[in-house]
Amino acid sequence: MDKNFAARRRRDLIIAAVLAALAALAPLFVKNVYIQNILVLTLMYAALSQSWNILSGYCGQISLGHALYFGIGAYTTELLFTKFGVLPWFGMLAGGGIAAVIAMGLGYPFFRLRGHYFVIATIVIAEIGLLLFQNWEWAGAALGITIPVRGDSWLKFQFMRSKLPYFYFALALCCLAWFVTWWLEDSKWGFWWRAVKDNPEAAESLGVVVFNSKMGAAAVSAFLVAIGGAFYAQFLAYIDPESVMGFQFSLLMALPAVLGGIGTLWGPVLGAAILIPMTELTRSYIGGSGRGVDLIVYGTLIVLISLALPQGLVSLFSRSKAKGATR
Amino acid sequence: MGLLYGLIAVGLALIFGLMDVTNFAHGEFLMIAMYASFFLFAFFAIDPLLSAPLVAAAMFVFGAVVYLLIVRFAMRAKANAGMVQIFTTFGLAIVMRGLAQLFFTPDYRSIPQSWLGGKTVSIAGIFLPEPQLVGALVSIAAFAGLYFFIHRTDFGRALEATREDPGAVALVGIDKNRVFAFGWGLGAALVGLAGAIMAVFFYIYPDVGASFALIAYVTVALGGFGSVFGAFAGGIIVGLVEAVTALMLPPSLKSVGIYAVYLLVVFIRPRGLFGSM
Repeated sequence: MDKNFAARRRRDLIIAAVLAALAALAPLFVKNVYIQNILVLTLMYAALSQSWNILSGYCGQISLGHALYFGIGAYTTELLFTKFGVLPWFGMLAGGGIAAVIAMGLGYPFFRLRGHYFVIATIVIAEIGLLLFQNWEWAGAALGITIPVRGDSWLKFQFMRSKLPYFYFALALCCLAWFVTWWLEDSKWGFWWRAVKDNPEAAESLGVVVFNSKMGAAAVSAFLVAIGGAFYAQFLAYIDPESVMGFQFSLLMALPAVLGGIGTLWGPVLGAAILIPMTELTRSYIGGSGRGVDLIVYGTLIVLISLALPQGLVSLFSRSKAKGATR
Repeated sequence: MGLLYGLIAVGLALIFGLMDVTNFAHGEFLMIAMYASFFLFAFFAIDPLLSAPLVAAAMFVFGAVVYLLIVRFAMRAKANAGMVQIFTTFGLAIVMRGLAQLFFTPDYRSIPQSWLGGKTVSIAGIFLPEPQLVGALVSIAAFAGLYFFIHRTDFGRALEATREDPGAVALVGIDKNRVFAFGWGLGAALVGLAGAIMAVFFYIYPDVGASFALIAYVTVALGGFGSVFGAFAGGIIVGLVEAVTALMLPPSLKSVGIYAVYLLVVFIRPRGLFGSM
């Protein structure tokens, strides 16, 4: 058993390295800016969903308010950059740090709540954040912040001519989120989280400090999501509260993980690889009419996938593997 | 206004609170009820007040069909049942919004003249707009009806028993799907009633449901899951808090007060005010 586990982990790491290498070569073949754009978004959502999965998948604390951390990442970076001239690289880390601290501060009262009460509390807190930013004059209120163009440079993490640097950063972020998950999965934290998810009382009685392990998951998850938010802000060069803190982001972070397989290592990547291109393509090919057909198609697919594969797309792979094992 | 929130929330209290099924399409149920009432007015000149029972009946069928066609299967999921429910009903909400855009166009519509629109009554020197007043009365009646229904009839007991233990219920000969389909129908009919009344004084557009759905969730959770009276009390509190916040903060921040009160309440009472679950 132990040997199998170790072998599986090694295999996961090798697969990830191969996939990352292949993805890194993709821009050699894909010259179309529109497709590159989709690739960047796909990688970004894979990273976000992977981070969301740490708290909601592994630790079982379903959050539908992660847009708050995404927005905090974006706003911290851009406020520091436009008001104080702090480079986005530092802003990004600051945003991540602030998001992690806020996540722990909120976790203190939130983690006492269970089930629906917890989920609604996460939605509500993100909504409060959204309303506050919409009314915060200094931060641009509802109009948001336009990031001034200072020419392409890695130093300022700003590129107007090409999308490639964004692509590589998104890829790196995705790899980072995956690697953190991979590493945590086999750490004592990973085992704690799964115990907390399955049966908090039993975990507590066996000496897992349930509260602290939830806090740890929240902090890591929020930190990574905020980095994603900072990236998104630089990528768009414009942010406003609705476009970085809206409820749809909370859902878009959760969806890939749920469709791919919640609480699994590969679920978020798989889910994002299918969901995000599908979203973008339906939007641009049949959404142009403004008549809602894209919504109908998109919504129907979500209903069908979640009904047909409650354990996510990953379950397709593990099912065939299980068959192989019994043979 | 609080009683109106209560009226929207009462249907959700039944589906979400009593049957413990997450319905993210509740706002969209409200939206199509408002459209139904609008079209009955536009084509047949039936006043929303008269068409309200019609709309409620149609919504009853709609709710039961949604349960039988979709939700039934979502509840069957062995793993991640909660997430499956969230995302199937969320997908349904998106489809409904898309369909509304396709067939009804994204334009804002309103019912220009109705028996109630724009009139006010004066009670002891306080002027109250008539539609809201009727809404409040309907809301009280709906709550009283539902309360009676859940606590005094066989069906109400069957509903609670089914949530508690579907297996045992099947043993005594109650068909779980029939009970829940009826519950979903009833929940949808109640939100249909809310939609018919709100159509008189709110703009009707495909995304209208989204703005009320979150408040309806907060209302139900504030009152506590599993309690009809809780949802009623939650509605009144939400309405009062909104009115008070609107006096103290700019109008764009009026919902902040509601959300803050929700957080405060659940921090002190993690199961809501009157919750039993």
